[in-house]
Amino acid sequence: MDAISKQAGRLSLWQAAFVVARRDFLAILFSRAFIFFLLGPLFPIVVGALAGGIGAQVQSEALSADVGIAMPAEDLDAMMQARDELAARIGPAIPPFVELERLEEGEAFDPVAVLEGREGRLAAVVTGTLEEPHLTAPEANIGRWSGTISMIAATATRSEATSYPTVESTTVATSGARENRGRYQTAQSGMVLLFLLIMLLAGMVLSNLVEEKGNKIIEILAAAIPMDAVFMGKLFAMLAISAIGIAVWGAAGATILTLGGRSLSEFANPGVGWPLFFTFGAIYFAMGYLLLGSIFLTIGSMAATVREVQTLNMPVTMAQVLVFFFASLAVTMTGTWIEFAAMAFPLSSPFAMLARAAVDEAIWPHLVALAWQALCVAVFIRVGSTLFRKKVLKSGPQGASTKKRRLFSFASGKNS
Amino acid sequence: MARGLVKRFDETLAVDGVDITARRGSITGILGPNGAGKTTTLRMLLGIIDPDEGNRSVLGHADPKDVARLIGYLPEERGLYPAMKAIEAIAFMGALRGLPLAEGRRRGRELLEQYGLEHAAERQIRKLSKGMAQIVQLLGTLVHEPQLVVFDEPFSGLDAINQGKLEVLIRSLADRGVTVIFSTHVIAHAERLCESIAIIAGGKVPFAGRVDEARDRIPAQVRLETSDSDGPWRAALPEATRRVGQFWYFPLPETGIEPLLRALIDGEAGIQSLSIERAGLHDAFVAIAGEAAAADMVTTPEREDA
Repeated sequence: MDAISKQAGRLSLWQAAFVVARRDFLAILFSRAFIFFLLGPLFPIVVGALAGGIGAQVQSEALSADVGIAMPAEDLDAMMQARDELAARIGPAIPPFVELERLEEGEAFDPVAVLEGREGRLAAVVTGTLEEPHLTAPEANIGRWSGTISMIAATATRSEATSYPTVESTTVATSGARENRGRYQTAQSGMVLLFLLIMLLAGMVLSNLVEEKGNKIIEILAAAIPMDAVFMGKLFAMLAISAIGIAVWGAAGATILTLGGRSLSEFANPGVGWPLFFTFGAIYFAMGYLLLGSIFLTIGSMAATVREVQTLNMPVTMAQVLVFFFASLAVTMTGTWIEFAAMAFPLSSPFAMLARAAVDEAIWPHLVALAWQALCVAVFIRVGSTLFRKKVLKSGPQGASTKKRRLFSFASGKNS
Repeated sequence: MARGLVKRFDETLAVDGVDITARRGSITGILGPNGAGKTTTLRMLLGIIDPDEGNRSVLGHADPKDVARLIGYLPEERGLYPAMKAIEAIAFMGALRGLPLAEGRRRGRELLEQYGLEHAAERQIRKLSKGMAQIVQLLGTLVHEPQLVVFDEPFSGLDAINQGKLEVLIRSLADRGVTVIFSTHVIAHAERLCESIAIIAGGKVPFAGRVDEARDRIPAQVRLETSDSDGPWRAALPEATRRVGQFWYFPLPETGIEPLLRALIDGEAGIQSLSIERAGLHDAFVAIAGEAAAADMVTTPEREDA
């Protein structure tokens, strides 16, 4: 290329990508959609908290069950007293007792009829005597409570009150088990957060492209700059937007922790430590987003309408959910081929590696994984932008091939 | 400029050996009915798509991408970001062609002012009328001061007043030495503006050359009015003569009008009037591209705002 060509030629790939990215970045930053984007993580948190609270309440209600007791009066009183004594020591493992009947000597009682009457919250009925207690209940509850009833009856038959020694205690900040559990929780939380963020952003970049095609500006871009630059500009603009989002969310989270008098030291220290964990989190997020965003953008380039985008988008999203489950499974299977497969497969690798950063101290696997992911990102972007360039101008109503439109019509349920 | 361009989409041959030449500083029209291959030809000229066969030279460069900053392009399907302000849209389009944003804004304001749209500079595109938005896009096409401007159906969607303004603008561009190529299916625009045209029909170019040359493809028509309806003088009329009342229509003989005129006078035809009418571009188009292609063309500008 001579000097004049250099001056008069197209912007370079990176210059053009910057022009596109700058426009997209500013357009999104000053749009109402950005406010919703910032508020985005609030919705799953609020919904999760509500669902968790309601679920716990429902579960607590569902699990709370009474044990009815029908015994001679003296035995019944002794059982009640023993139950209260043990409940004070052991807690909710001892079920509440409900007095059904104080039996006279020789009086018969039919516990089966009471249970089959399905009244109240009765889950089992204790009859017989202190020496020979009889538990009537569905099979699961017999296994659950026969030992407990035996212990209560044994306590009730003692002539002298049991003397319980006081247990001296020393509180420590953590333990191996707690640390281990905490790290797995951190791994799980990190993966969920990463997944939600990536899906949110990939969806946004796709909507952005569809809007662009709707605006028909794509041909102006195609005439002026390389289409690869459009692809990359869009991808990186959204990455920059996400950086702002993460900064805002991080600051908000830190403020909430500080105001609540909490600090990260109270949580289980991730394997690689908090600073590196956050660093890896940001990098794995970028990698995961670039990988999935490339796929979504390529899909967007092939579709002519929002409906077609949704048709194609859904299986990809579901596949990504499966990939996420796969990575989640791998966390619990350290050292197995499943974990290695999850770390090697490009789309699950960022999730699996972030989880690994939470539970394992070694740093070198991350360097290897990042190199591998960077290579995959380069390939995905290259292939994606090539397909994008080929398809984006052909996917209009005139451009889409008859075969492809038939496929879309079939998939989206259009008859005409 | 373009020689033997061929483009296929799947099994469809969209453009089949197109030749087009546009002199620097001239206005060239590409005429053809919808689906004739005009847009595909323009896209190949601009490097948006590459031809399967043939070669092109744009502003002296074989690859249009090498002179992308010297080209302005207004596609047929107009597109702008609805949330963008008019001035930002113009500056952005300039930035795509390498113009710094600040300079793009400065020039954009000047252009808007020239077009009487300075009040629209800070308004979002979505708040502009369709015609105003189109003009904003047009100005965005010109903001980087290109040497070659390609318009695909530029008059489409504009009302009569703005069509007139656009014609003035196109002439002024050519006056400044800018090469203008535009496609249209409205023959009148091409007839008024173009120095040369290329007629595209069915992906082929049956004619490319000066507008005068296209017209000359059809002999001038003679319209003769006589007081007598018959007489020996009728033998002097060419075979292809049509009669409508007192009027006789026939192509200008190759020998010229004088021998015929002499024969009519000698034969006492009672000449009331005689005029020689040069063929219009529409007639030339019909003769070159055929009736079927001409049926999809518009002779006079449409009322796009209707």
